Amino acid sequence: MKLIFEKSRPGTGNQYIPACDTAVYELDASFLREQEAALPEISENDLSRHYSELERRAYGVNNGFYPLGSCTMKYNPKINEAAAALEGFADIHPLQPEDTVRGCRKVLELTEKYLCEITGMDAMTLAPAAGAHGEFTGMMLIRKYHEMRGDSKRNKVIVPDSSHGTNPATGTMNGMQVVSIPSTEDGYVDLEKLREAVNDETAGLMLTNPNTLGLFDKNICEITKIVHEAGGLCYYDGANMNPIMGIVRPGDMGFDCIHLNLHKTFSTPHGGGGPGAGAVGCKEFLAGYLPYDNEITENSCGKVRSFHGSFLVIVKALAYILSLGKEGIPESASMAVLNANYFKALLSEKYTMANEGFCMHEFVMTLEKEQKEYGFSALDIAKGLLDNGIHPPTMYFPLIVHEALMAEPTETESRQTLEEAARIFLDVYDEAMRDPQSMQQKPEKTVVGRPDEVLAARKPVLRWQEEEAEDEV
Amino acid sequence: MNTPAELKYTKTHEWISGDGGSCLIGITDYAQDQLGSLVFINLPMEGDELTAGEAFCDVESVKAASDVIAPVSGTVAEVNEELADAPEKLNEDPYGAWICRVEDYTPGEELMDAEAYAAFCEEEQE
Repeated sequence: MKLIFEKSRPGTGNQYIPACDTAVYELDASFLREQEAALPEISENDLSRHYSELERRAYGVNNGFYPLGSCTMKYNPKINEAAAALEGFADIHPLQPEDTVRGCRKVLELTEKYLCEITGMDAMTLAPAAGAHGEFTGMMLIRKYHEMRGDSKRNKVIVPDSSHGTNPATGTMNGMQVVSIPSTEDGYVDLEKLREAVNDETAGLMLTNPNTLGLFDKNICEITKIVHEAGGLCYYDGANMNPIMGIVRPGDMGFDCIHLNLHKTFSTPHGGGGPGAGAVGCKEFLAGYLPYDNEITENSCGKVRSFHGSFLVIVKALAYILSLGKEGIPESASMAVLNANYFKALLSEKYTMANEGFCMHEFVMTLEKEQKEYGFSALDIAKGLLDNGIHPPTMYFPLIVHEALMAEPTETESRQTLEEAARIFLDVYDEAMRDPQSMQQKPEKTVVGRPDEVLAARKPVLRWQEEEAEDEV
Repeated sequence: MNTPAELKYTKTHEWISGDGGSCLIGITDYAQDQLGSLVFINLPMEGDELTAGEAFCDVESVKAASDVIAPVSGTVAEVNEELADAPEKLNEDPYGAWICRVEDYTPGEELMDAEAYAAFCEEEQE
């Protein structure tokens, strides 16, 4: 398939921008580019076909099974889209007078209210643009809390070694030092290590529960108590909220502050680069530090995003919450757990699990033995799955499991889909055992074959250049 | 696995080669083998103060990013800038591809000699 730059024909497609009918304002030369931008010139019809062709080559939840662990690739109900497309939501401007968009205000208020109820928080902001942005905002509240008490010594944030990479990054970006604590053999927070790690420099703890191995930490109340007794606060990473929504609440587990990925748990499309939405909730005593919206508030941690966040994503999340309702939300969570356990049981026939027993919404397999003894890796299995029309699970995460594959089927897959997918997983495993060498060449049926990841990372070509393309021909 | 006898090693798989006044530090053959093909190194800067046992640099493979832990305390006097454009040297020649030279250094606790380190790696592999 040709790149859009290669389809460019000078002089075509220049009718999109109407002729200027106002006075021309000359920009200062210092603001102008030195070279003209190399934009493709293409007719509307060819452009439309180009993107349709790209769309056919893409793979998303709308195409098939997508068990990407920790990403909650659930089906996005079309009713969400219908709600977000309503004129009163879609055709507004963030600067129009407040009294002309009261309905939109109401959407924000209702979403905040319901999310507070689901998470056990007292206040919520919908401003952050996505998960990591939410984490950053949440930890700003914790930093602000210590600052306001004049406790400048507290600059250490504790994260378990199984955490998402964004947790230590968030701590660092907030000017804190990250203290990593090891997990127990079966993947839980090591209470003894935690007790050793907390002291009068502890700003807080960042944790997801269930954790990245898909296990619910039964010691959670003890964990948050240890941190609180040392004077720190507890931050809940909402990445794994899907199996507990409507069943247990982070607020009741002792967390002071949380973020949610509305684009995961609350079914708004994601994976294509956004927009997401990372709502941040907190207990009453932190509410005064939340980011401000229109007017600057005295103790606010600042402004984190323009206007009111990813508004239409919030509309979709509210549509989802309202369509599931008080009964549907916990039922959805239970189905996510059931599906993960059924899928885990089916795969256990051949795959070694990082943890035995029940999981929550996701589970981790390890191909460590296969890699050492038979010469095929988690990566090879993932590539083999691609040839069979399945998006692979998350690979090489969490870091505490070697040769990891992490699968999260979500609640929206049918029993038939899970059984069919499991058959493919098992077939690919057999094929790899028979012929590990050929598994290392996979995928062969996809549009793009196996890239040389090392070369791509060491010598990345980030921009299309005409001369290079011609050389290749 | 290669563990030159003249070097000292850490449990976090860094090596040091000291001559009294200053020392060179890098990552071991075992480390580069476990990490796989390295594609990026975030080098320290000249003048950085290292604290033994704390991260001072990080390396990335296509799978993961990992901290490199300072085996000594001291001041970074020289950085092997060449690695920034050629991180593959850490894989090809781990004991030639020193990361930085540290002056006025104090070795951290628990440095191992080659024999002890080789035994430690063997244990870790099991």
